[in-house]
Amino acid sequence: MATQMTDGHRRFLQVLMSHGIMEGSVARTLHRDCCEIHKVYYAHDKLDDFINVVNIHLQPFFMQIRKGMSEDDGKTYYALVNLAETEITKMASDYTENELELFRKTVSTMDAIIVSENGFASSTNILNLADQLKIKKMKKKEAEQVLQNLVQDKWLSERDGEYTLHTRCIMEMEQYILSNYQDLVRKCNICHSLAIQSQVCETCGIGMHLPCAGKYFKAQMEPHCPHCNEFWPHEIPEINRPDSQLPSSAPRERRGTSSSGTRRR
Amino acid sequence: MEEDYALTQTQTASQVQRNLERFSGAQVDQKVSELVQFLLIKDQKKIPIRRADILKNVIKDYKEVYCEIINRASRTLQQVFGLQLVEIDTKHHIYILVSNLPRLDGENLKQDDRTAKLGLLTVILSFIYMKGNAAKESDVWEMLKKLQVEPGYLEYSRMPNTDLAEFQFQWGLRATKETSKMQILHFVAKIQSKDPTAWTSQYNEAAAAEALSHHTSAPGDAGGASRGARRRKQSAWSTSPTGATPRRLVNQQPLGAGASAHAEPSIQGSSGTLPLPS
Repeated sequence: MATQMTDGHRRFLQVLMSHGIMEGSVARTLHRDCCEIHKVYYAHDKLDDFINVVNIHLQPFFMQIRKGMSEDDGKTYYALVNLAETEITKMASDYTENELELFRKTVSTMDAIIVSENGFASSTNILNLADQLKIKKMKKKEAEQVLQNLVQDKWLSERDGEYTLHTRCIMEMEQYILSNYQDLVRKCNICHSLAIQSQVCETCGIGMHLPCAGKYFKAQMEPHCPHCNEFWPHEIPEINRPDSQLPSSAPRERRGTSSSGTRRR
Repeated sequence: MEEDYALTQTQTASQVQRNLERFSGAQVDQKVSELVQFLLIKDQKKIPIRRADILKNVIKDYKEVYCEIINRASRTLQQVFGLQLVEIDTKHHIYILVSNLPRLDGENLKQDDRTAKLGLLTVILSFIYMKGNAAKESDVWEMLKKLQVEPGYLEYSRMPNTDLAEFQFQWGLRATKETSKMQILHFVAKIQSKDPTAWTSQYNEAAAAEALSHHTSAPGDAGGASRGARRRKQSAWSTSPTGATPRRLVNQQPLGAGASAHAEPSIQGSSGTLPLPS
């Protein structure tokens, strides 16, 4: 396998960089197109090898094309991430110090994203945080604009007035979050990656990504926690269906108020 | 800036060597890496990069080896990313990144709010060009409205030979780097469903500019590769469905712009109101 960078690799990198994050099938199409345009050797199932070539050359610069999974749909995504555990460098150039402070608080304060079980922070809570900023309090309108920018830039994603971390953000900042908030965050018991949205066992406290839970408990009538074997109290997301986050047709008994994060329509 | 003296390329080889020896290889590597990231981030956001910012935010104590760092960063950007560091303002030392890769049509690039603006920008550039490379302020304002254009694309200056102060728009440095008169002309031709040669003086001027740029294009510039093929022969351009339009501004990665399918409607939508010469 060649390890030289070709224009095909460079074009792929440029396009990926302009998107920030790209879904798996889009990346595969791009791979094919880049190879075709620049007459580079192409094998449809060798995207990861192709990417490895790029990564070898990115390594000295602490960058990497990383493959990750969306917590919402379980699909594969590719993103160009910064490996160095420095400040949030990419964001830092777009947002003021005050806005970054709001973002950090949205992520990590009590009631905020990392701490909440379902991985979402309500806009009400965030606006309250805006009022408590150290540098300069932010008015509601301004905070709303910042939130909108954060969503557009794919640091946050929004659903029904609540905010969580975008897949891109998780992929970019996983290391940073894991090391800086290690006591607060959860890792998925199945895939061992950072879990922002998760289902949590109410007995022993282990958590799982929703798509990971979907795969692990697939077609089990009586799901049990893999760690403590207690009955798993949450709706199991069905995978392999376009509306995979809808509750399954057979209602399950729930204990207490669980915040599983499955979508309700 | 006084500091500039230390930064000019006129250090002797032995001076460079001595300076490099003061810093460890790993330290310099680190700085190169930081600079590469810095340049990429700034350029992704279409912020032209000032040397002063580079010195302040990245180089810091490594000023003496600034040249070495920036040269290595520039080489990396070419080898790994296919991007070229271009100085668009030699007086104030302002840089942008431009892709080395051949311009493509309908490229699968990101689409966002900026795409709409860039579509309009293409329209403006077309307008200025068709007006004979300079357009009166009052004429352009009709179209501009509240568009905020990043520095470099348009140049706004006082018109010479007018009694009352009147200003004009011309192509800025970044525009000249990222697109070409021929591309803009083809774009105009396409939206008006005409042949580019219908505008004789613009066509000739664009062809001359093409010829000139092919002679002076950098080694890495793939556009220079087809020297003979793309000159005044209109057939290669006007009949080709893919090569015809100046999509580079819209699709080229440095501008972070969008696929043709999305850019076109916004342009065609406004073309009806454009007072373009026929």
